[in-house]
Amino acid sequence: MDPVQLTNQKENAFLLEVAQASGETIQACYQCQKCSAGCPVAYAMDILPNQILRHIQYDHRERVLSSKTIWLCASCYTCSVRCPNNIDIAKIMDTLRGLALHSGIKSGEKEVPLFHSVFLDTIKSKGRIHELSLLIQFKLKTKDFFKDAGLGWKMYRKGKIKLFPSKFGGGREIKEIFNAFEKGERN
Amino acid sequence: MKEISYYPGCSLEGTAGEYDGSIRGVASILDIKLHELEDWTCCGASSAHCTNEELAIELAARNLAIAGKSERELLVPCVACYSRFKWAEKESKEHPEKIHSSYRGNVPIRYVLDFFCEEPILEEIKKKITKPLSGLKVACYYGCLTVRPPKVTGIKDYENPQHMDHLMEYLGAEPIPWSYKADCCGASLVLTRTDIVRKLSGKLLSMAKESEADVLVTGCPMCQSNLDTRQDELEKEVGENFNLPILYFTELMGLAFGHKDVKKWLGHHITDPIKVLSAKGLM
Repeated sequence: MDPVQLTNQKENAFLLEVAQASGETIQACYQCQKCSAGCPVAYAMDILPNQILRHIQYDHRERVLSSKTIWLCASCYTCSVRCPNNIDIAKIMDTLRGLALHSGIKSGEKEVPLFHSVFLDTIKSKGRIHELSLLIQFKLKTKDFFKDAGLGWKMYRKGKIKLFPSKFGGGREIKEIFNAFEKGERN
Repeated sequence: MKEISYYPGCSLEGTAGEYDGSIRGVASILDIKLHELEDWTCCGASSAHCTNEELAIELAARNLAIAGKSERELLVPCVACYSRFKWAEKESKEHPEKIHSSYRGNVPIRYVLDFFCEEPILEEIKKKITKPLSGLKVACYYGCLTVRPPKVTGIKDYENPQHMDHLMEYLGAEPIPWSYKADCCGASLVLTRTDIVRKLSGKLLSMAKESEADVLVTGCPMCQSNLDTRQDELEKEVGENFNLPILYFTELMGLAFGHKDVKKWLGHHITDPIKVLSAKGLM
């Protein structure tokens, strides 16, 4: 059975954009707040997950895309499995993050999107993630060299840090995948 | 001999080396031959799906296309990789027109825990046990993506999964009931919002201790690393001394099989498991 649409707000450009990109029926949300009640990161968010859906219903594009919430969502899918209207809220968060990056709107969280960008750059250049290289690249951007330094040393002594990346050849194909997106052949 | 393709993933080449070692170790005892996927690349992990959903599918699909060259199933030990592969599988079946890769959903993708928890393999496991894990109380920790979302994982009891508990019973251990077995440890924020990671991990460790677990068992390299490495920091912050070893379920399989490398695997852990296991007469 299709979910019943209990909200009567008119469709708006932002709602359509998010609904189309995520494939989710955002209009079906009737604010039961079960998503926020079970969200392990809700305490740190500036807008609760149920409120994000409401803001989308009201066309509050900038408010949503500049929120901390979309970057703090840990993609644990607890909200998605508990939604009585089967709205995959975690998937909507993916869509919102993608839209936020293209929007030019100032991000509510600085380091999380920066980390993702460094992570993807590492895949693009090396094909695999070599953890130490990723960490160094990220620290070069944040300039916060002391955070977790003690932990890093402890892990090194336990043989958990591999100093050199493994050798393999898949890099060229990966570059082609990234290039297709960067040239705008794909979104 | 059973043969299966194997995608280790980036973590198992680094911080989760002992997970890789113990998987290869127990597979060899169970007469399962692992064929590491040739020229595999990163699955894209959180960073790809958090920023570009189509790129995320392509990065996963590239590996699945390689796996699709053989008839074998694909064994995946890392939960993040597994989730990304299963999403790519779903997308390739529902929207094949959106995917550029030659992959078309034709590879059976198996998460290592699910694979070892199936009846025929459980029977084999039973035969290989030389040292049952008697008296060891384990908190089975499934985390998020091994079970959620069920439309991707196919797991029915996603709010209270049981399969790892059953596996532990087979090994002779005592799985304890506890309420945080599928809660999130915050791994995707591990280098950025460590404050959130500490809060979430602290809650899990607290609850596992309260439930009187001797060790916590997981099948996720990110959860293991998160829960294992920050116990000292948490002690300073919340004043609680957890000292709770965080083991991979495959390490405990190896221990029950009497594998010669168990000590080597456990030596890589930050929170020492050897003391607890020795006190139980298991090492």
